[in-house]
Amino acid sequence: MSSYSARRVRGDTPLLGRVINGRPITYLDSASSTLPPRPVIEAMTRYYELRHANVHRGVYQTAVEATDVYEGARAATARFINAPQGLDEIVFTKNTTESFNLLAKSWGAANLTAGDVVLVTEMEHHANIVPWFQLREQTGIEVRFVPVTDDFRLDLSDLDRLLDGVKLFSFTAASNVLGTRNPVKELTRIAHDHGALVAVDAAQSVGHQPTDVVDLDVDFFCFSAHKMLGPTGLGVLWTRAAILESMPPFLGGGGMIADVRVDGYVPASGPTRFEAGTPPIAETAGLSAAIVYLEGLGLANVARHEDELTSDALKRLANEFDGRVRVIGPAENVDRGGVLSLDVDGVHPHDVAQVLDQFGVCVRPGHHCAKPLMRRFKLAATARASFGPYSLTTDTDVLLEALGSAVTMFG
Amino acid sequence: MANLDDLYREIILDHYRTPRNRGELTSPSAIRTEGFNPLCGDELVVYLDVQDGVIVDIKLTGHGCSISQASSSMMSAAVKGKTVAEARATIDRFKQLMTVHESSLDGQGEAPVADIRTMGELAALQGVVKFPVRIKCATLAWNTLSQGLDEA
Repeated sequence: MSSYSARRVRGDTPLLGRVINGRPITYLDSASSTLPPRPVIEAMTRYYELRHANVHRGVYQTAVEATDVYEGARAATARFINAPQGLDEIVFTKNTTESFNLLAKSWGAANLTAGDVVLVTEMEHHANIVPWFQLREQTGIEVRFVPVTDDFRLDLSDLDRLLDGVKLFSFTAASNVLGTRNPVKELTRIAHDHGALVAVDAAQSVGHQPTDVVDLDVDFFCFSAHKMLGPTGLGVLWTRAAILESMPPFLGGGGMIADVRVDGYVPASGPTRFEAGTPPIAETAGLSAAIVYLEGLGLANVARHEDELTSDALKRLANEFDGRVRVIGPAENVDRGGVLSLDVDGVHPHDVAQVLDQFGVCVRPGHHCAKPLMRRFKLAATARASFGPYSLTTDTDVLLEALGSAVTMFG
Repeated sequence: MANLDDLYREIILDHYRTPRNRGELTSPSAIRTEGFNPLCGDELVVYLDVQDGVIVDIKLTGHGCSISQASSSMMSAAVKGKTVAEARATIDRFKQLMTVHESSLDGQGEAPVADIRTMGELAALQGVVKFPVRIKCATLAWNTLSQGLDEA
């Protein structure tokens, strides 16, 4: 049975013991990367100390164990998102960005031709925009955008027309800038009615709420280990086994082949077809540990906790600073996650972040790799604070104290 | 530990709040140069009116953080009315001021090579060196000016 206490997660997370500029660290940048708890770090250390070998190669004991670590992570990941055909549907990549590149350059190049439409949204991360632009340069596909409303939601009023001729609707489950959570299941149903497949950018959702790809009924699902308490350098692409088997290889090299002769090659079947070269192995040990850890917490519990933090922070940000601090995202805590993009009147986000650093507060200034969205709201940048499973209301206390200082300093 | 007061000197905040030489030069002979900081999203346009080797006028548009805005404002005040050669010498001195010395980062002594006594207001920007990620904010205007002078 799961039990959850943010305070205990905090105790499990070594980095949260740091002191920055004389203050205990206040980590509010989980939308960029989450902090790994000790079991994740120990799993990777234990792997290197006891089991390291290349995978899918040797017959000696540690090589077999290393392969078990790697394939075990595939099975754990399949369980974590409820992949219907288990580990045959889990491709390991470098990160969410590489997952989208694999999707565009393999499935996209094989299935889309000039005039076909890929529908994305104005709130996408560049990872779910640029690969489609690159495919457009090569094949002449059309890339179409669902607009965003003034209240920071997808404008679905014209969705039926926008879906006309669409082969793939690729959208984010949760905006990394606005915090907005999109109705994945409903959008998927509508897209399927129009004959389109659905890809979801789950980078901002997997570490913060439960995931069930069967219930969502999506076709592709992309996410990163480091945004769910795991290590960097490891991402996931899930798709249905039937689709996966039809996709041509992506990167070529060792590990992804069944046979190579002087006159050609035969690609491997299954996920390994997309995993050329020695993969990140220790990182998969870390991912397995992160999954076990999150399952122990219970993602529904994490979601409830972060929801309370978000409600509290939204209320306090609205009531303090005489309206000088504006949240760029839904003001009501409905269908939104714990991402708070702040626009401080008269203070540039980089200056906000610099002052906050003096208080040990870690936020992210910038355009958050979502420049079409920033342009939509006529902003060059925001200072973004975001919660994780270890966040507490005391983090919000320090954030507000530091914001007050920034507002005062710049008058 | 780097102190925030070293970065946000009063004179820097003054230039940020009341930037000098804002606007555009519309005369056909004016040189227009754009500068970008792609990581920050800072954008700057420098307009130069150079006649007989003298910067008779300079105007700036764009947006950015307090350091980039103050640095560009101070830059415009420092080079307006100066010869191109004098402006280039000021650019060189400013770049020296922004050079990170490992010794100063280690806290084993301040060591800017430029003589801050010759730099007037610009010396206020030397605290930026203690915040290495912000150096590119301070140098944007100067790199853009340098490009513009190349076209003069």
